[in-house]
Amino acid sequence: MSDTLTIDGKEIPYRPGQTIMDAAMAAGVYIPHLCHNPEFKPHGSCKLCMVNVNGRNVASCTMPAASGMTVLNDTPELNGARRSLLQMLFAEGNHLCPVCERSGNCHLQALAYYLGMTNPHYVQFYPSREVDASHPDVLLDRNRCIMCELCVRASSEVDGKDVFGLSGRGIQTRLVVNAPTGLLGDSALAVSDKAVQVCPTGALLIKRQGYRVPVGRRMFDHKPISVVQTEGGHD
Amino acid sequence: MTDGKKVRIATCSLAGCFGCHMSLLDIDERVFDLMQLVEFDRTPLTDIKHCGPCDVGIVEGGVCNAENVHVLKEFRKNCKVLVATGACAITGGLPALRNNIDLWDCFQEVYQYEGGLEGGQVPNDPELPLPFDQVRPIAEVVKVDYFLPGCPPPADAIWKFLSDLIAGREPRLDYEMLHFD
Ligand code: SF4
Ligand code: SF4
Repeated sequence: MSDTLTIDGKEIPYRPGQTIMDAAMAAGVYIPHLCHNPEFKPHGSCKLCMVNVNGRNVASCTMPAASGMTVLNDTPELNGARRSLLQMLFAEGNHLCPVCERSGNCHLQALAYYLGMTNPHYVQFYPSREVDASHPDVLLDRNRCIMCELCVRASSEVDGKDVFGLSGRGIQTRLVVNAPTGLLGDSALAVSDKAVQVCPTGALLIKRQGYRVPVGRRMFDHKPISVVQTEGGHD
Repeated sequence: MTDGKKVRIATCSLAGCFGCHMSLLDIDERVFDLMQLVEFDRTPLTDIKHCGPCDVGIVEGGVCNAENVHVLKEFRKNCKVLVATGACAITGGLPALRNNIDLWDCFQEVYQYEGGLEGGQVPNDPELPLPFDQVRPIAEVVKVDYFLPGCPPPADAIWKFLSDLIAGREPRLDYEMLHFD
């Protein structure tokens, strides 16, 4: 059997060892995703990339591609479930987009636009979460953190520093910083670290960059994330 | 949506900044077209104090005090279609920044510690509406039929939304009109 599968009826080749997400990306087929970044090991936690394979829902970023798979991706059911996942992420954090420097460049928000999410639907948690402004060049605002662990993976896999980790369980989970004081300013983090670049939201921001690009002229203001991420470059 | 009769619209601002209303006025000369099709009930423009039976209710701002709840319920009771307009009505918005700060601490910060206010007293006139400890989205208090996001929603989005609604179409916003900022 040849190494191909179909996504929404379109035949797509894959190499052994690739996941469904890898094969889709290589073929220019967009599968919504948030905690996944092709530069890092798949995490499989946000579940936005859920697809239906031969009748079962699976995370496409961790599921190995296999010959003859019939994958459904861009369907009203899956997009509806993805929208609900996004709404939960919005409701359990404090996402005040109008005052967030990432607005327009944020993957969470861009997915909400792409999936036509107009409201958080669920009762807002308004959790109490710490802001850490102790670092001279980087701001950590946990109100906007979606616990995707991209910074955790980047800091350990690329920067070799292990600055970030997740601590606590369930709704109490928080991003923690590897420093005796727990403060970013006392950690080994440098502004040039990969960990700072990969955050998909406004949880990690480089200071003194505020509004250099005006709202209205940002990455996802005119092009949906599906186009930006398949045109080339993950960002 | 009303078979030739003018569509009756009410609008109000609860815990909002009137930015959404400003954006509505930003439709510029299209306001003349709009006035051919609609008439206004209670709005900050007409100075009508209470909302009567309407086709569309446009609510800006979240719910931050007891009066907001009364106004919101009056809108829900009288409006066939209720539209949460703007970030504050939909999520609580910027006023919800205070949701994790003790209400009394907020009052002290504003009225007592901040310079320039005579007397340094927290206002406690019985006519003032009772403030809530948190600002909440309007959909947590009444049923909402449509959500029109943005801070404020762009004039083009408001125009598109209203013209769809008045023409009896399901309102649909193009990608570039859906914004949270
Ligand atoms: S991180 Fe994204 S979704 Fe959250 S407030 Fe900022 S722009 Fe909005
Ligand atoms: S800070 Fe950013 S990259 Fe790190 S876990 Fe939170 S959202 Fe993900």
